[in-house]
Amino acid sequence: MRIELSDTTASAVRSALIRASQQMGGLTTGVVLNLIVMTDEGEQYDAMKSAAQASREHPCQIIGVIARKPRGPRRLDAEIAVGENAPGQIVLLRIYGELNDHVDSVVTPLLVADTPVVIWWPGEGPEAPADDPLGVLGQRRITDVAASDDPRGRLLALAAGYRPGDTDLSWARTTSWRSLLAATLDRPPGQIYEAAVGAERDNPSAELMVAWLAGRLGIPVRREVSDGPGVTEVSFLTDGGKIVISRADGRNATLSRPGEPDRHVALHRRETGELLAEELRRLDPDEVYGEALATLVAAADYAAKAQATADLADEE
Amino acid sequence: MFGVTGDLAQKKLLPAIYDLANRGLLPPGFSLVGFARRDWHDQDFAKLTYDAVRAHARTSFREEVWKQVQEGIRFVPGEFSDPGAFDHLARCVSELDADRGTSGNRAFYLSIPPHQFPVVIGQLERSGLAAQDGRGWRRVVIEKPFGHDLASARDLNDLLATVFPPYSVFRIDHYLGKETVQNLLALRFANELFEPIWNRGYVDHVQITMAEDIGIGGRAGYYDGIGAARDVIQNHLLQLLALTAMEEPVSFAADALRAEKQKALSAVQIPDDLAEGTARGQYAAGWQGGVPVPGFLAEAGIAADSTTETYAAIRLGVDTRRWAGVPFYLRTGKRLAARMTEIAVIFQRAPHLPFNATDARELGQNALVIRVQPDEGVTLRFGSKVPGSAMEVRDVNMDFAYGQSFTESSPEAYERLLLDVLIGDPPLFPGHEEVELSWKILDPIESFWAEAGRPDPYPAGSAGPASADALMARDGRAWRRL
Repeated sequence: MRIELSDTTASAVRSALIRASQQMGGLTTGVVLNLIVMTDEGEQYDAMKSAAQASREHPCQIIGVIARKPRGPRRLDAEIAVGENAPGQIVLLRIYGELNDHVDSVVTPLLVADTPVVIWWPGEGPEAPADDPLGVLGQRRITDVAASDDPRGRLLALAAGYRPGDTDLSWARTTSWRSLLAATLDRPPGQIYEAAVGAERDNPSAELMVAWLAGRLGIPVRREVSDGPGVTEVSFLTDGGKIVISRADGRNATLSRPGEPDRHVALHRRETGELLAEELRRLDPDEVYGEALATLVAAADYAAKAQATADLADEE
Repeated sequence: MFGVTGDLAQKKLLPAIYDLANRGLLPPGFSLVGFARRDWHDQDFAKLTYDAVRAHARTSFREEVWKQVQEGIRFVPGEFSDPGAFDHLARCVSELDADRGTSGNRAFYLSIPPHQFPVVIGQLERSGLAAQDGRGWRRVVIEKPFGHDLASARDLNDLLATVFPPYSVFRIDHYLGKETVQNLLALRFANELFEPIWNRGYVDHVQITMAEDIGIGGRAGYYDGIGAARDVIQNHLLQLLALTAMEEPVSFAADALRAEKQKALSAVQIPDDLAEGTARGQYAAGWQGGVPVPGFLAEAGIAADSTTETYAAIRLGVDTRRWAGVPFYLRTGKRLAARMTEIAVIFQRAPHLPFNATDARELGQNALVIRVQPDEGVTLRFGSKVPGSAMEVRDVNMDFAYGQSFTESSPEAYERLLLDVLIGDPPLFPGHEEVELSWKILDPIESFWAEAGRPDPYPAGSAGPASADALMARDGRAWRRL
């Protein structure tokens, strides 16, 4: 069932939602999440598709908020879809004029009661998600720095505004890599001296992985630039030689250990919908992500100080 | 019916009369006499009724039903102070006895501001309209507010008592006519499942909320000086508290039900420290539902220095064996984020969780929520394992929605209540003892507030003032999301 409301108010949208879900025989009663997607007209199709995909694993009410012309008269248009190609219900809000500064007043009345709220910014989100007027509503706040022109700078900004409950999809992209690395080091490798992460330039997942490895293992981790796609190689220099996990095609990885035959592991790059579904599986703060961000900042500070000292030495 | 041109009459009462007729529940010969200061004839009032029915009736319009209603419609023009008009009214009503066989049964619905009660009651007595002469019944129906404090409530009761015996006075609290509120009685007393845990052994606290998204609209004259607590807590919320906290009545007869509600209300304790146990606010300009709205002080008809509260929150205790130590939090407000009325019974946490610390971190407290409006129904919240290889526990909801289990739409509260007045069945109408007990609870709080300066401002469209959140935070709890 689809309903379109033009030049409407939040309470009219809410009444329409309640009516629609009753006419559809209670499809919304199993909703476990409110997923708010902050998007724009250009990327809304892909974003809503990914959200709908994630909602198959976690039936949710998806509220898509599309910012339209910030200048011009204030207006709210809404599109409601109940029981169409996704469990739960989908509300698409188009926001015009100065209402863009008060989106929270529209979204708050639409939230399903007794159900957690997750906010996702598929594009360039706020630097401090927890301070965003909508971010304060959310138990989890999901950003995606990969959409930014300067992912590393963006990550450092997010780290400065980090609050438990924040997370980033570039972190979710490292999950299968991280579980493979953890499994590899499960068998004692002896002393590890250093590690290296190879990935294409401007890959935030690689930055996070470098920070995670450095923080966890307490060793220097180099960042190497390759042609991609994504993260292509992680290697450890150990007592027994070099352990290398390489993935050149973005699908299959090869694990090489000294004195052992190479092993092949499926390690495909996942779609946004899958990543989102993974993020929604746990709603408590992702502490490991917080630690990785902290390590990233500490390393950046250290590098900056080292650079400053070197500059000073040059001048002298 | 006095005050037929008012908002309530047109939106609720007149349509409810038609809906009752349409469902075949009105007695044959039912007649409706309007009284107002208008130079009207019967057909003008019939036209007003027709328009109200077409605009607001719940059931479908049927010509033959309307004809039946229309035949009984009369109008008497006049001032409340004019004895001649009431004599005219008396003649009109006795004609109806003769023409339509109403056999002396009369219900007087006072849909008028309270300050006009004395003159109308006086006229009813003088003209003999209200005389209990053994020929049929004489009943009077009044709307809130039932006074503005204990003294004025007693004055009102004394005034009514001079003309009508207590069993003939019907005080309408339309919340009690709502299906969902009556369902609270069914839920508690028709089931074996809930009553054993409905006590301090299992319940952590209770939250009763009535949140409105609208402002005061055109009611400035009434609202200024009254405020949220007198307007809503004194009647609706304390009645909901009484129904939630009371013991099982021996029957659903009016006396038995009222006796239990009175016991519950008489056990209510206000906080020792009123500054810590209460909060009040006044809405400031803001955005509500995507629309910019003015603050309370900028509303037409409100003084710029008004200290009337538009939000009130109170922590109450019920000193009985069942509820000792269990706080009841009541809150109401205008211009809040959403429109919602609910009773939420929040249960204690499990005494021991045999899980890893992080597994059950997302598990909240079990809750039973009675959703009074909108989306009427009951929600039961409990923890469930999230599918997957890890033992992760998260809250889920089990939901009962009226709209899905009963496709017949619920009658409007006023239909039920008007019918009860005609039948003479008063269990859903609060007695004057309950009204007085409610004022005894509220009066000390009101006088504390009167001395305590201005209410805390909160932006329109928010969840209320920060002081209300602080009230809960001091107890280590939080309000439920609106």
